[in-house]
Amino acid sequence: MLHYLIRRLAGIVPVILVVSVLVFAFVHLLPGDPARVIAGPEASAADVANIRQGMGLDRPLWEQYARFLGRAVSGDFGQSLKTKHTVIEEIGVRFMPTVWLTFFAMLWSTIVGLLIGVLSAVKRGRWQDYSGMVLAVSGISFPPFWLGLLLIDLLSVQLGWLPTGGYGTWQHFVMPSFTLGLGVAAVIARFTRSSFIEIMREDYVRTARAKGVHERLVVWKHALRNALIPVITMVGLQFGFLLGGSIVVETVFSWPGLGRLLVDSVSYRDYPVIQAEILLFSLEFILINLIVDLLYALANPEIRYK
Amino acid sequence: MTSAAPARTALVRNKVRSPFGEFWRRLLRQKIAMAASALLALLVLSAIFAPWLAPYDPTAADYDNILAGPTAAHWAGTDAFGRDVFSRILYGGRISLAVGFLSVSLGGIAGILAGLVSGFYGGRVDALIMRICDVLLAFPGILLAIGVIAILGPGIENVIYAVAVFSIPVFARLVRGSTLALKQAVYVDAARAIGVKNWFLMVRHILPGTLPSVIVYFSMRIGTSILTAASLSFIGLGAQPPSPEWGAMLADGRSFIGVASNVTVYPGLAIFVTVLAFNLLGDGLRDALDPKLKQN
Repeated sequence: MLHYLIRRLAGIVPVILVVSVLVFAFVHLLPGDPARVIAGPEASAADVANIRQGMGLDRPLWEQYARFLGRAVSGDFGQSLKTKHTVIEEIGVRFMPTVWLTFFAMLWSTIVGLLIGVLSAVKRGRWQDYSGMVLAVSGISFPPFWLGLLLIDLLSVQLGWLPTGGYGTWQHFVMPSFTLGLGVAAVIARFTRSSFIEIMREDYVRTARAKGVHERLVVWKHALRNALIPVITMVGLQFGFLLGGSIVVETVFSWPGLGRLLVDSVSYRDYPVIQAEILLFSLEFILINLIVDLLYALANPEIRYK
Repeated sequence: MTSAAPARTALVRNKVRSPFGEFWRRLLRQKIAMAASALLALLVLSAIFAPWLAPYDPTAADYDNILAGPTAAHWAGTDAFGRDVFSRILYGGRISLAVGFLSVSLGGIAGILAGLVSGFYGGRVDALIMRICDVLLAFPGILLAIGVIAILGPGIENVIYAVAVFSIPVFARLVRGSTLALKQAVYVDAARAIGVKNWFLMVRHILPGTLPSVIVYFSMRIGTSILTAASLSFIGLGAQPPSPEWGAMLADGRSFIGVASNVTVYPGLAIFVTVLAFNLLGDGLRDALDPKLKQN
């Protein structure tokens, strides 16, 4: 296992380095002179020169990159062009709201997705299966921002049960986490179903049935445990989907999180914030993928020794 | 020797179907997938013929008749400028379908080429292409798209490129996998033995074998891409007003929740139905391709 861990860690180092080069190169890929772009359209030549020197944009590229990497490692991404606060402050206050939103979305969608998936597999071909799978394929196709708007219209504006947006009490969490989790619940349900159906054909399931084990025990003990292994991988991978989805859902519900910060900074062309956010999101994504792989290897020794 | 004779007669009795014919026959039996393709055909036709079908000009304002609910004159009501929502949705279909189709085609072509080369040549080329894919996959899809738009600037054309980029690695991996298997095939060896050139081997002998899985993925990917493109327009980074793009229409309608539901309900419904149809078609194609997956 340790050997596998080291190999996987060694594998992601180049990926992280390339990602950091891309994020660094980002400012230089912008059309035109980055100093002028950052200074804004009405800046004077002197301002532009100041920015160029201040940000070290007049130094050779490799030197700029080394400086960028060194500062990024210590969490220094410079100042937000919009608020003049440090980027790390901007991100810091929005980090937890996004983490909580993602957590609750993941929680409910995993539970519901698993239940629907198992039910559909066990009742294969019957109405429970059909309704489960109709729900699932609809859930995958449902635009999250549309769902959010419909919920706001119904539950906030017409019925007045829940706040239209913002952050604070548990009521604020209901609609955003439901909206964010729907697609994930659908994916998990579909995946659990097919994984479960495959497992139910295994010899050991037949053996268990043959020796007279109660069907309920066969499903929940013998089959579910084995079916869960690929499902865990799938659930882990959905985190990346949630990170992406949070960008849209946070915009709908005026959620003070990282996703909305990203949208705002792109609209405002707040490049230091965009850089830091893209780096942060991809690091999270790489890290989650790594954890998923490790969990999978723990569960399935065949992978470790390949 | 005794087993050879019955086997041969069995072969003669059962007409041998080509793999493609078999795939097609199974696809035609899928009722849901067939219904989905009929719906898609309808959507495509209504988008193509939008200028003739739409009862109103999608950008013509009518300030005497704003935010009205559905009536006989305006099937889906009017928006904040008095524009006919139904006509806008018909025109918006042209944008969404074109964006979905173009972006997946662009990403698909790039990904297929990369996957073919990667699987066929192996070695360093393969390692390099697969590492690039790893890097592209290190960004959640919509984040990559937002990054591309942050560089290129907002707008519907840039959305096409942005969404295309994140289709590349998935197609590349898919095609690489099939290429690895197919290049071992006897008919490929035979072609190589008679001196067929590498590029011709790839395009003529290996590529067709990878196409079935590519087609399945293509259909599913169009649904995802339409959804992503609409999301980008919704958050203000894609199509800009007064464009009748569906996501942009929803962003407009957002301010009138509780006042006029029709401006948020119908464009969203259009996105949902279109994406659903592509996903159902994709499911059907997948089941037809690999009946084991359907497990009926």
